Amino acid sequence: MAEVTLTIDGVQVTVPKSTTVLDAAENVGIIIPTLCYDPELSKPGACRMCVVEIPGMRNLPASCVTEAADGMVVYTASPAVIKARKTNLELLLANHPADCLNCHKSGECRLQQYAYNYGVDFGAFAGEKHRYPIEDDNPFLVRDLNKCIMCGKCVQACEEIQANSAISVAYRGFDAKVTPAMDYPLSTTEYSNCVFCGNCVAVCPTGALTEKQMLGKGRRWEVEKVRTTCPYCGVGCTFDLNVMNGKVIGVTSTDGDVNGRALCVKGRFGAGFIHHPDRLKTPLIKENGAFMEATWDEAISLVAEKLVGLKKKYGPDAIGVLSSARCTNEENYLMSKFTRAVIGTNNIDHCARL
Amino acid sequence: MRCYRAHVLVCAGSACVTLGCHPVKEAILEGIKRHRLEEEIKVVETGCMGFCEQGPLIVVYPEGVMYCRVQAEDAAVIVSEHLLKGRVVERLLYRDTDTNKPIPFMKDQPSLSKQIKVAMRNAGFINPEDIEEYIANEGYFALAKVLSGMSPEAVINEIKDSGLRGRGGAGFLTGSKWEFTNKAQGAQKYVVCNGDEGVPGVFMDRSILEGDPHSVIEAMAIAGYAIGADQGYVYVRAEYPLAVEKLRHAINQAREYGFLGYNILGTGFSFELNIRVGAGAFVCGEETALLASIEGRRGTPKPRPPFPANKGLWGAPTLINNVETLASIPPIILKGSDWYASMGTEKSKGTKVFALTGRIKRPGLIEVPMGMPLREIIYDIGGGVLNNKKLKAVLAGGPVGGFIPADYLDVSMDYESVAELGTLIGSGSLSVIDEDTCVVDLVKFFMEFSCEESCGKCTPCREGLKRMLEILTRVTEGKGQERDIEDLERLSDFIKNTALCGLGQAAPSPVLSMLRYFRPEFEAHIRDKHCPASVCAALLDSPCQSA
Repeated sequence: MAEVTLTIDGVQVTVPKSTTVLDAAENVGIIIPTLCYDPELSKPGACRMCVVEIPGMRNLPASCVTEAADGMVVYTASPAVIKARKTNLELLLANHPADCLNCHKSGECRLQQYAYNYGVDFGAFAGEKHRYPIEDDNPFLVRDLNKCIMCGKCVQACEEIQANSAISVAYRGFDAKVTPAMDYPLSTTEYSNCVFCGNCVAVCPTGALTEKQMLGKGRRWEVEKVRTTCPYCGVGCTFDLNVMNGKVIGVTSTDGDVNGRALCVKGRFGAGFIHHPDRLKTPLIKENGAFMEATWDEAISLVAEKLVGLKKKYGPDAIGVLSSARCTNEENYLMSKFTRAVIGTNNIDHCARL
Repeated sequence: MRCYRAHVLVCAGSACVTLGCHPVKEAILEGIKRHRLEEEIKVVETGCMGFCEQGPLIVVYPEGVMYCRVQAEDAAVIVSEHLLKGRVVERLLYRDTDTNKPIPFMKDQPSLSKQIKVAMRNAGFINPEDIEEYIANEGYFALAKVLSGMSPEAVINEIKDSGLRGRGGAGFLTGSKWEFTNKAQGAQKYVVCNGDEGVPGVFMDRSILEGDPHSVIEAMAIAGYAIGADQGYVYVRAEYPLAVEKLRHAINQAREYGFLGYNILGTGFSFELNIRVGAGAFVCGEETALLASIEGRRGTPKPRPPFPANKGLWGAPTLINNVETLASIPPIILKGSDWYASMGTEKSKGTKVFALTGRIKRPGLIEVPMGMPLREIIYDIGGGVLNNKKLKAVLAGGPVGGFIPADYLDVSMDYESVAELGTLIGSGSLSVIDEDTCVVDLVKFFMEFSCEESCGKCTPCREGLKRMLEILTRVTEGKGQERDIEDLERLSDFIKNTALCGLGQAAPSPVLSMLRYFRPEFEAHIRDKHCPASVCAALLDSPCQSA
């Protein structure tokens, strides 16, 4: 494959042809700030945070959509670049609520991070701010469009990852906003085909999209993230359980081998059962018409006894086993082995076939 | 073919339609009938004649007498006096703006004296609904010439040698664009006509589409042959219903006559053409946004490269040319690149259509060789400033352009010279400003336009223009602060350097131009809370003070 060699901030770097300047810089450890760029999504080149200076090129090109070329000289942090990024941030902050103190995204917000990095504060430009009502009429996610910086990643995630296109951009200019069809809330099933997978939440760089169940339950930096596998189905998506004081408060995406950041509504928002008071924590044995708590030994002994009895009385084919898609492959394998080798029947099936 | 003693041309461009040309036409037809002249006189509806301010317009041939501001009740006298008795109706003639002397013949119009019509050659002279009138004026001769004896490369070379540059605003060499698209790899290619004319006060594309739609159709077929495309789309804005109607009619006629469709003129070349109507967004004049709109998506620009020549409509190599550019193609093919290149300057060849608007005596559409001094355009063609006021500046390029102050009136109107002054030829808008115009107020108007038309995709344009408008509004209301100048400069610089598309990058141009040429006037608004032109209402203390 053809290669090109360019100089980024004085460092020579050789990359395959058609690599972007942004990626080439990352190759040599130069991290250029981005808001709308996402390696998994198409590149709109919209936020203009990643602008760099390339002598010979008109204006300050966006490095996420500029191809590296042989002999190119790139400055990623020249005075002109820094000035542009500062103005960019000042403009975003001029139309952003100054409520980092109480924002759930605080600590993981790109806008906050860059404002810190570039020493930019609220108040550079006085003027109109959006006053959108906060949309929280669904059980899963909260949309606060006042915090939206129009990076468009949620729209792309919905279209390109979930292939659902439940949201798009409506209106123009300063009034442009991300919305489901006809500007109805996501919960309006007549107009919105949102499945609440929350993959938009996973890509949102600010507090515009947040997980409802986690609000107020812990700051981002206090939460312990425990990487695990989703128990809901056999796909085996990886995610992070967000744990606060020993309790799971919710789920966030991580970079899973199987699923990347994508999750479904159950995986992302269905962790409520973990600490639910109705959750069964011991086996139950029915005695005199009522379920009584029992130990695992008692329960397994009872089942073994009954299975042996049935097999003796009616033969092994009188017994059938139905396994669950919520079990792992290994568990399902063991169930099959147990049914065929121990019980001695081929009567085993799996709920995913239903 | 019938021969008539006289032809009555009724201008039916959008402006004349609005001013009531159809009742006038009906009244003339009625008068002709009453005097039993149907066999002798033919009434023809034409496209825009370019003198919109004088409409409804009527021209009677063979003499070429032009009547202005004709009303239905004037029809009877035109018929009984002129058509029946051959006597010119003096009270309806155009009068010289200075001497007030009537000018009976169209050819003597002072505004026409220095014009050379290439792109506008037929508009206002032929019936756009009759393909035979177009053919009678050498229509489709260029297509026939190309298909019967020129290779695609020869066509491209002819266009390249002519020096024709894109008339939509950017001024890119048309021939080079054709060459890139010709060389791009792709089984399917497209030709797209950009008819999304949106700069306020500019309407040459509308006039061409309404008055001479076949010139665009012919040019698109030639372009299809040159780049290897068999499908074209004309993208017209929805605000031009008459243009869409005339174009649709013309496409159907061209198909009937075998100039479009399968195996054109029996040469084996096939080309189909369809119309796509916009939905009212200025930004869809930007080529990548235009393509997104044709594809049925939200009309927002995409980063370039890739350029449409390589990856355009549905990912296929696509040639996009503006209406005026295309309308200039057939004469270039017929008369040769040398003829076209003999007009204009070294780098800006041929003719350009300008829309003269604002405080000028003879507003309208004019077509002149590039490089004509602005002074000649304003005074010799446009007749000078209205009410003989003092010229302050000419705003070129509308919301994406800038001022040419009175001191620079001798500038040669070519791409390079105008760019040196910090503005651009653009799509050809020339708005005359006199001493009574406040530049801050005017710039605010254009900023409102840009804010309204920003697509909202990139941060600089979406957020930055809004703040610029807020500052300008504050300043015109007498609430300006010292730091507003610095903020405007900073924002202009930022948007110009980092916006995603050409429109965003150019949107601060009027502000930068104002700060370059009229800084004292702007500062007076902030420091003295005074509007020198007495326009900004909040800055007037009393009528006598501002008198």
